[in-house]
Amino acid sequence: MITTTDLTKVYRSRDREVTALDGVNLHVRPGQVFGVIGRSGAGKSTLIRCLNLLERPTSGTVTVDGQDLTALDRRSSHRAGRPLREARTHIGMIFQHFNLLTSRTVRGNVELPLEILGLGRRERARKALELLDLVGLADKARAYPSQLSGGQKQRVGIARALAGDPKVLLSDEATSALDPETTRSVLRLLRDLNRQLGLTVLLITHEMDVVKAVCDSAALMEGGRVTESGTVADLLATPGSRLAHELFPLTGSPAPGGTVVDLTFDGESTGRPVISQLSRTFDLDVSILGAAMDTVGGHQVGRMRIALPGDAAQTAAAVAFLRDRGLTVELPAVTADTPVSADAPATAPGEGAVR
Amino acid sequence: MTWEEMRPLLEQGIVDTLYMTFWSTLIALAGGLPLGVLLVLTDRGGPLRNVVVNKVIGVVVNIGRSLPFIILVVALIPLTRSLVGTAIGPTAAIVPLAIGAIPFYARLVETAVREVDHGLIEAAHAMGGGTWTVVLKVMLPQSLPSLVAGLTTTFVAVIGYSAMAGAVGGGGLGNLALVYGYQRFEEGFTLVTVAVLVVIVTVFQLLGDGAVRLLTRRERASS
Repeated sequence: MITTTDLTKVYRSRDREVTALDGVNLHVRPGQVFGVIGRSGAGKSTLIRCLNLLERPTSGTVTVDGQDLTALDRRSSHRAGRPLREARTHIGMIFQHFNLLTSRTVRGNVELPLEILGLGRRERARKALELLDLVGLADKARAYPSQLSGGQKQRVGIARALAGDPKVLLSDEATSALDPETTRSVLRLLRDLNRQLGLTVLLITHEMDVVKAVCDSAALMEGGRVTESGTVADLLATPGSRLAHELFPLTGSPAPGGTVVDLTFDGESTGRPVISQLSRTFDLDVSILGAAMDTVGGHQVGRMRIALPGDAAQTAAAVAFLRDRGLTVELPAVTADTPVSADAPATAPGEGAVR
Repeated sequence: MTWEEMRPLLEQGIVDTLYMTFWSTLIALAGGLPLGVLLVLTDRGGPLRNVVVNKVIGVVVNIGRSLPFIILVVALIPLTRSLVGTAIGPTAAIVPLAIGAIPFYARLVETAVREVDHGLIEAAHAMGGGTWTVVLKVMLPQSLPSLVAGLTTTFVAVIGYSAMAGAVGGGGLGNLALVYGYQRFEEGFTLVTVAVLVVIVTVFQLLGDGAVRLLTRRERASS
């Protein structure tokens, strides 16, 4: 639904160049909720603005719903030509600071894109009220944005973005100015719209919780590049994935003398008593150093860090056993943030042992 | 001077002042609004960015603003004559007054429009809006209170300028104060004219402020 190839954006000022995007290849499938996460300055904002050509990419192409937008752009002018403007009416966008006109009522704000589309007065009113109903704000049609809460404002923004019956919704840090409770309700709305309307959503955010709550797929951006991307399930199953680690941090002090093993349970394997099977089969004393269960992108996922005593051969056999049971198994290098010390176990989360 | 002598002069003066000021302000609105908007649109980062056009308009506006008004009146006599048919009288005075007021209002428009949140303009572009949409549906409605406040300021400034319209026989209250009051040492008459001017300015300032308040009330209203 959205594809970028070698997307590059270089800002040139008099004496220096800043590369905001450095060859970004992104592929968002229809019906996905795709999250791009990164720190500020990573290029997320530039990326999302390049997707509807609010920013003109220096090189590379952007294809949305089969249409090459970069080909619609006239190089000679800073203005967007008619074909590009027409294409934009079918790409919804919502913003961190909502960007609602304070001079118009809620209904008037939703009608603005309908005016651009050239709908008649009666048709506009009908459609605007329908959209407001969809986002649960039918009773606020006559209010002004200043009379609304942040969450309500973003709902108006969403209704406005849906006016052109878009297949794609771009979300530019849409929940970053909202409190956690409101964030959850706005994300739930996006998820519902994604399911009800088959809307493809690309969102950029710096909050891992947002990705965790709604995204099917995610990409990590650093220094203008996409360094990891894939479905959330695949990322969690990828050994050494930093996104997986961020999505699902696992800590725990390694037991002295044991081999530390990280396990990821996904789907069916979450229900099985794998650890006690392991313990019985190999007659091993397995120490659980840390564990967590969570719902990521609608999937139940569990991660566990355990320590296996015994020699290399035993460990290898145990790892093979676990892989055979459908678990993702990693042998992390013991890092500095998991110190081995006598005091540490008391603070380690999920400390316990299965014997 | 007695009140009976002053009255007809004052009445004519009020009529002339309001006549010149109204028309000049109206023309300033018609000319200054597009110029001010164009200054923002053609500026760096604007949707019609064009350094040459921007600089040219900027320079013209600055020249218009820096010329002493009395010089403008004299310099424009040929233009006035070709437009109005005569270079004297209140109608003739409208030409230099309007031409002086256009750049004045243009700068106020520029400041007001520049205040519009860039995010709103970006949102309009993201919806597929073009430059006309941005100007007519975002920039102007969002800056309307400031545009009205600026027009009030222009109106009051033009009343002040109109005193010098007397140089080309424009008449008006300012001219009366000069000719009858100052030059004939009729201090009483000067005071009366000035008082009338103060009343006019106050009334229009209040009207303008009221309009601005009306326009911003709904936007700032909080639940």
